[in-house]
Amino acid sequence: MKVKVINRNPDDYLRETKRNIHKVPRNFDPSLHPFEAAREYVRALNAVKLERVFAKPFVASLDGHRDGISCMGKHPQMLSFLISGAYDGEIRMWDVPQQMCLKDFVAHNGVVRGITFTNTGNNFITIGDDKLIKTWKTDNSWDEKDDIPIKTIPNKTVLTSITHHYKQSIFATCGEICQLWEDTRNESIKKFKWGVSSLHDVKFNPIETHVLSACCSDSSIILYDIRDVGPVHKVVMKMKTNSVAWNPLEAFVFTAANEDYNLYSFDTRNLRRPINVHMDHVSAVIDLDYSPTGKEFVSGSYDKTIRIFETSKGHSRDVYHTKRMQRLTCIKWSLDNKYILSSSDEMNIRIWKTKASEKLGVLKPRERVALNYSEVLKEKYASHPQIKRIARHRQVPKHVYNAQRELRMMKDKIKRKDANRRAHSKKGQVPFEAERKKSVISVQT
Amino acid sequence: MNKVPRYFEKVEDSNETQNKDIKPKKEFKKEIVFNIDVKPKPWGRRREDNRIRKEQRNPNKISRKNVKYSPNTKPKLWDHRTRDGGVKKIKYVPNPNPKFPGRVPIPKQKLQRHSRGEGIEKKGIRTGVHRKRFEKKEKNIKLATELAARAEILLAEDTGFLEVDAGESSTQFTQKEIAASVDITSATKYFELHLHEFGPYRAKYTRNGRHLLLGGKMGHVAAFDWMTKKLHCEINVMETVHDICWLHVETMFAVAQKNWVYVYDNEGIELHCLKKLNKVSRMEFLPYHFILATASEVGYLSWLDISIGQIVAQYNTNMGRLSIMAQNPQNAVLCFGHSKGVVTMWAPSSKQPLVKMLCHKSPLTALHIDPRGIYMATAAIDKSIKVWDVRQLGEPLQNYTVRSAAECINFSHTNMLALGMGNIIEVYRDCCTKTAKRAYLRHRLTGFVSNMDFCPFEDVLGVASSRGFTSLLVPGAGEPNFDAREANPFQTKMQRKEAEIKALLEKVPADLISLDPTRIAEVDIPTLQEKVEAKKKLLYLKPPKINFESKRKGKGRGGTVKMAKKKKIVQEQAKKVKK
Repeated sequence: MKVKVINRNPDDYLRETKRNIHKVPRNFDPSLHPFEAAREYVRALNAVKLERVFAKPFVASLDGHRDGISCMGKHPQMLSFLISGAYDGEIRMWDVPQQMCLKDFVAHNGVVRGITFTNTGNNFITIGDDKLIKTWKTDNSWDEKDDIPIKTIPNKTVLTSITHHYKQSIFATCGEICQLWEDTRNESIKKFKWGVSSLHDVKFNPIETHVLSACCSDSSIILYDIRDVGPVHKVVMKMKTNSVAWNPLEAFVFTAANEDYNLYSFDTRNLRRPINVHMDHVSAVIDLDYSPTGKEFVSGSYDKTIRIFETSKGHSRDVYHTKRMQRLTCIKWSLDNKYILSSSDEMNIRIWKTKASEKLGVLKPRERVALNYSEVLKEKYASHPQIKRIARHRQVPKHVYNAQRELRMMKDKIKRKDANRRAHSKKGQVPFEAERKKSVISVQT
Repeated sequence: MNKVPRYFEKVEDSNETQNKDIKPKKEFKKEIVFNIDVKPKPWGRRREDNRIRKEQRNPNKISRKNVKYSPNTKPKLWDHRTRDGGVKKIKYVPNPNPKFPGRVPIPKQKLQRHSRGEGIEKKGIRTGVHRKRFEKKEKNIKLATELAARAEILLAEDTGFLEVDAGESSTQFTQKEIAASVDITSATKYFELHLHEFGPYRAKYTRNGRHLLLGGKMGHVAAFDWMTKKLHCEINVMETVHDICWLHVETMFAVAQKNWVYVYDNEGIELHCLKKLNKVSRMEFLPYHFILATASEVGYLSWLDISIGQIVAQYNTNMGRLSIMAQNPQNAVLCFGHSKGVVTMWAPSSKQPLVKMLCHKSPLTALHIDPRGIYMATAAIDKSIKVWDVRQLGEPLQNYTVRSAAECINFSHTNMLALGMGNIIEVYRDCCTKTAKRAYLRHRLTGFVSNMDFCPFEDVLGVASSRGFTSLLVPGAGEPNFDAREANPFQTKMQRKEAEIKALLEKVPADLISLDPTRIAEVDIPTLQEKVEAKKKLLYLKPPKINFESKRKGKGRGGTVKMAKKKKIVQEQAKKVKK
């Protein structure tokens, strides 16, 4: 007879000294781990609850301006550097991590309409209601005379927006017409015009750098090619577009912030039908900015809220608001993909986290592993009703809540009426109209 | 015939080896035994074919004696760990490619063990993006399975075994003889407690197998660490004790006394008196749900959440006295045996039993479900014992008849089945898929068996009887490798405290208890369809017209306004129903 019974040597299972960590023998046999799915589900539920508990997106506010902030410029290389312009013509330079104003001076007589950095980041160019284009040195030291620009170009008409080429020393302005300038010259090198209506926003494409988009007051978006003589395309929409942002990774995609509370993502190859309609705002969308990953963008609205959208989704992933924040005027997504900078009517620049529940600072390896694990669990069980409900729940201000309800009622009413009309008329008489097609009136080339 | 040189042996002449048995000496490596018989080809061809066919039928059991080997056949790599007991037998097959051949392939049965089921069919996925996403997911799942299977090589312990020589049978060895031939520490695991006064006893081990709880019918309750024989507490509750049960940690246990259930701590101090649980006859603790499930003498069945102290559900089974109770450890469903030969399964989510099945034609005496949640064994008064597949109830897998009716029945983690009949304990192995011809071990007690429990992660069977408690050695009964994250016999106090908190954080809600524990991870297809349909109907069309006329117009109930209001209410209700 040969016999053996299980006999464990405690030395193999206990730590030698108290300074050691405990030994944790594992056996991955599934029968030793019952209720795998149910326990994962509970973990996912806990994770999603904790995510909501820790969702505190507001980081800091930069105050100092004496009037509402009209525009901001983020430096192409320096993450901590920010410039803001106000309605009283003042420009301030900020050190964002220190939350400190480095410098302030009055740059324009009247509103500062636009700020843009040159492609190198050494200089920045501002425009104002005084019809001047001023080039300044990106220098935050106090020693030299600060309120003297390197160069001032007077313009005949009012300028509304400015954007700099991403590779060459060219910038574009818009107002009554779209003009192209070279950094070193005092005369515009090119002029673009389509129709009589004025333009209020202009943006260069970061990848296809010679492509330029402009928003027109006749509720259209015009695309220019700066190598060309005239404009390329024009999309006419039902309502005015306030601002446009190009996707930094997909050269052919841009998103337009519209007056009709929605944002529209367009593929420039087929402008007849936007690739996505992003709804959720309850008032006109003023500005938007893409994340450097090109997967998300942030929008600021006249309804005093900031919303973050995923490019492929129709509804926002998150909404930020505070009691004190008023109408948004400008919004930027920081180039390290961590923060959102918003400026609003009430003279403050606010810094927000892009992920509301993210822990700032260095993570310990175990912490990171735990967070990654709960991320995966949340994704795996995302469609469960309980988890979905908790993950989606957001507290919104009363006026937004009421407006949402009102909008929903209006939409439902229209849908119901359409359905009834369809049900009581001949087949094909009342066709379905896609939501994406509704807003585009025509495309001209 | 060309012979490829083997790693551990010098090359011999091929003609010689063909007719010789190759048996390297056992001293070569202590635990490695090589039995390789090479036979000339024409001999016993048919027998060889039969053997291969047999192998294909059940790949688990491969006869270790004859290993057919020729340089043309592909090398087979064998499982190092023998599940059914035995020395580590590693068979080296010559490597056909002396250069590095790549990673060792994983045996199918190992992969099967760690598999979470088949993946998603790609056919239904229309867009390329999503197909890619799912492919990636599937790949990850496959990788995880492989890694888990590969990690089995790290398992430190082997299962116990008892191998008999020719002419011997395993039943002939008494516990004393077994204890004499194992090492000293294991020998101490065979012991007997003579407790004549307060029996019959009931015994239960904790989930990590470290502690033991004894409860005598006449009120004697004792808790102790049975390995070190350190007593935690010993009390007499001065009342009848019907059942005892450990709660989630070894510092608390519940005792079903004459009227109510009491909770004591490990020093014997009464913590709670649960008056909600009245006249309880049997108790089971569901560790992942923190639920104490009790069955009463009058047929009531209750689930009590011990973390909040509230009753989750309480039903009257209407089946009379409940005295045979077991839980399915894999899905937390409670099983009851009834006097009509019926087995019922209950979950707190439904008032009716999930399963009601006639198992025997005579009253049941015992019932147990194995820790893997695969087999259920039932014993009836007509001396029959049946083994069922719990996942697929239909015909019994095995139907045995024993000499006398089994009063208790118990499965070990390796599917050994212990039967208690009067004063005799019999242990069977390989009795579920195959028909066991004879008992594996037999033991005779001085008293009559009242309760049995296999100790988790040990080769030990604890038998409580009318005259005390006996701990028996059953080689090969326990799972040798524990997972310290689930149940750790070497747990320290701090570890226990942390594990308790972790366990409380992931307490599974009671309404998830169902026959299929993976249901929560599956796609809820029908309700999704229903939802979409309902939403469409609700949104787009007018509510259906309902002919509404009030039944009778009583005094003061009339008036057109009121009538209109009523009509509206009825229509709203109809709309809701349609939802």
